[in-house]
Amino acid sequence: MPKTLAEKVYEAHVVRSTTGEPDLLYIDLHLVHEVTSPQAFDGLRAAGRTVRRPDLTMATEDHNVPTLDILAPIADPISRAQVDALRRNAAEFGIRLAPMGDRDQGIVHVIGPQLGLTQPGMTIVCGDSHTSTHGAFGALAFGIGTSEVEHVLATQTLPQYEPKQMAVTVDGELPAGVSAKDIILAVIAQIGTGGGQGHVIEYRGSAIEKLSMEARMTICNMSIEAGAKAGLIAPDQVTFDFLQGRPHAPTGADWDAAVEYWSTLRTDEGAVFDREVHIDAASLTPYVTWGTNPGQGLPLTGSVPDPADFADEDERRDVEQALAYMGLTAGTPLRDIKVDTVFLGSCTNGRIEDLRVAAELLRGRRIDPDTRMLVVPGSVGVKAQAEAEGLDQVFLDAGAEWRGAGCSMCLGMNPDQLKPGERSASTSNRNFQGRQGKGGRTHLVSPSVAAATALTGKLTAPADLQQPADLETV
Amino acid sequence: MDAFTTHTGTAAPLRRSNVDTDQIIPAEYLKRITRSGFEDGLFVAWRTNEPDFVLNQPQYADASVLVAGPDFGTGSSREHAVWALMDGGFRAVISSRFADIFRNNSTKSGLLTVVLPQAEVEALWAAIEADPATPVTVDLQANEVRYGGTTVPFEIDEYTRWRLLEGLDDVGLTERHMSDVQSYEATRAPWLPKALPVI
Ligand code: SF4
Repeated sequence: MPKTLAEKVYEAHVVRSTTGEPDLLYIDLHLVHEVTSPQAFDGLRAAGRTVRRPDLTMATEDHNVPTLDILAPIADPISRAQVDALRRNAAEFGIRLAPMGDRDQGIVHVIGPQLGLTQPGMTIVCGDSHTSTHGAFGALAFGIGTSEVEHVLATQTLPQYEPKQMAVTVDGELPAGVSAKDIILAVIAQIGTGGGQGHVIEYRGSAIEKLSMEARMTICNMSIEAGAKAGLIAPDQVTFDFLQGRPHAPTGADWDAAVEYWSTLRTDEGAVFDREVHIDAASLTPYVTWGTNPGQGLPLTGSVPDPADFADEDERRDVEQALAYMGLTAGTPLRDIKVDTVFLGSCTNGRIEDLRVAAELLRGRRIDPDTRMLVVPGSVGVKAQAEAEGLDQVFLDAGAEWRGAGCSMCLGMNPDQLKPGERSASTSNRNFQGRQGKGGRTHLVSPSVAAATALTGKLTAPADLQQPADLETV
Repeated sequence: MDAFTTHTGTAAPLRRSNVDTDQIIPAEYLKRITRSGFEDGLFVAWRTNEPDFVLNQPQYADASVLVAGPDFGTGSSREHAVWALMDGGFRAVISSRFADIFRNNSTKSGLLTVVLPQAEVEALWAAIEADPATPVTVDLQANEVRYGGTTVPFEIDEYTRWRLLEGLDDVGLTERHMSDVQSYEATRAPWLPKALPVI
């Protein structure tokens, strides 16, 4: 029977399958961070259990880490205690940890691919919903809760039901200035935040095949914002080229054997998806969210929607609540919205390619004097590479702040937060109320829209920048 | 995990959709390393900023069943959201659609998540708004929600139901099959990565 890519990966990891029970699925890689793991390690200790496969487990510090003075002890005692707990647990249970200051430290979903630990056909889990990022390599990767973290630590398996299959096909040529972020924001606006519920989404089509690995990761990352369990893309030469030579990638004969197997990881002709969505890449323009969930997005050329236009009473109430929180008036052109802060970073858009795109737009220009821009590389490795390419200087010359690696203002567990009422254009993945700081207002955008917005102080597409009068040059 | 068989209590109508886990409990409360005591973070922004938020209304203050709009529990995988609801006195949440990870987490900690069609959710909202003292029973043995004279059946997969009714934790169940896990491990490809440091 023809199979989808996700079915192939799933079935290759079933340890045990019995009618009336969930399957037991083997986990090839378990990534751990400080926020969702302490209670799981406590659970192990209380039951006298050990970590079954420390060699398939890797931990890092990312959510709480400050992006300034990273070698000083963390000032916030509660954050520090959580990071310390991870260090103690990693030492006690024999798990490799990339702590602050380590060359491998960074956002968990940035370092897996960077180290070559993320490979096609694997099952990967982490106590973090954006684990879907790793699906860009053709891995089945999904987020789990703390009880499941404990389960994987103890047994290297998870009880699972086979998810439903969904295809999102993006064909055609992406217009200039339109990026992977715009594709996924458009997908979520179309299918809604619950549209992928219970499904794994396979992204396919000619526009997806042309994307770099970084761009594919951006798309798979936000599968969870569409409600999906995971997102994945069939591995191809782009994937293999990205992986070859990375620290944990196979070498020699192992590499050849691996590539031979990885090349079989495609959806068979005639395989059936439970749901299919088609997007025409040529029709896409830069997207931005106006509301308080990632499905509330529109092309940047649009205007703030009017609650009165929503027929459904519940939906109308949701839109009213979102606009009240966001401090927006129906009918306002999105391009007239003024922002205070631009955040470039996160596991969605904190990779080298994202920094390059933004730096290109900022090169030789100054950001708006009333706007602050925070540039936070996704990992120490990304930071080092950007510095080797001189990107840090481009950002600094433009008036942006160049910070250490971590989750930072994506969720504000460290000191990088919006103040109440402050408005951001952010390359992260969630515009929930208070996500970037109590009372903060978030507009999700791509890296190039973020950079263009920093230059003008208002939500701006890169194509809008053509009038040099808008800009102050250095 | 605590077993769940049947529960009767009053219910609070949360007429919002897309209630994400950042609203259920914001990130700043996630710095704690304990597994309980999260009630102070439960819906804290809405409780603080919206005087008429449903849980600020005295008639719903002691509710133990939460009746929410669609797409409840979207966003972050934080199991703290489930713990906060339970610490805040809730034993069951009813919605027409839950985010997958939230629902999964709830079944690991003994919070019952009940999926009902949106029309049934609306009817229940109307009933508990008309009389907030209405006792609502969520019965996992009978797979029914009952209130006033109304009985609404719900579906839940048999295995999860059994685990909840017995209060069984997954790790113990899986440990019965470790020989299968060992046999599987013997078949894994040699090139699969190990997370050990590369010198
Ligand atoms: S960058 Fe944001 S979304 Fe990604 S792991 Fe960190 S907190 Fe989560």
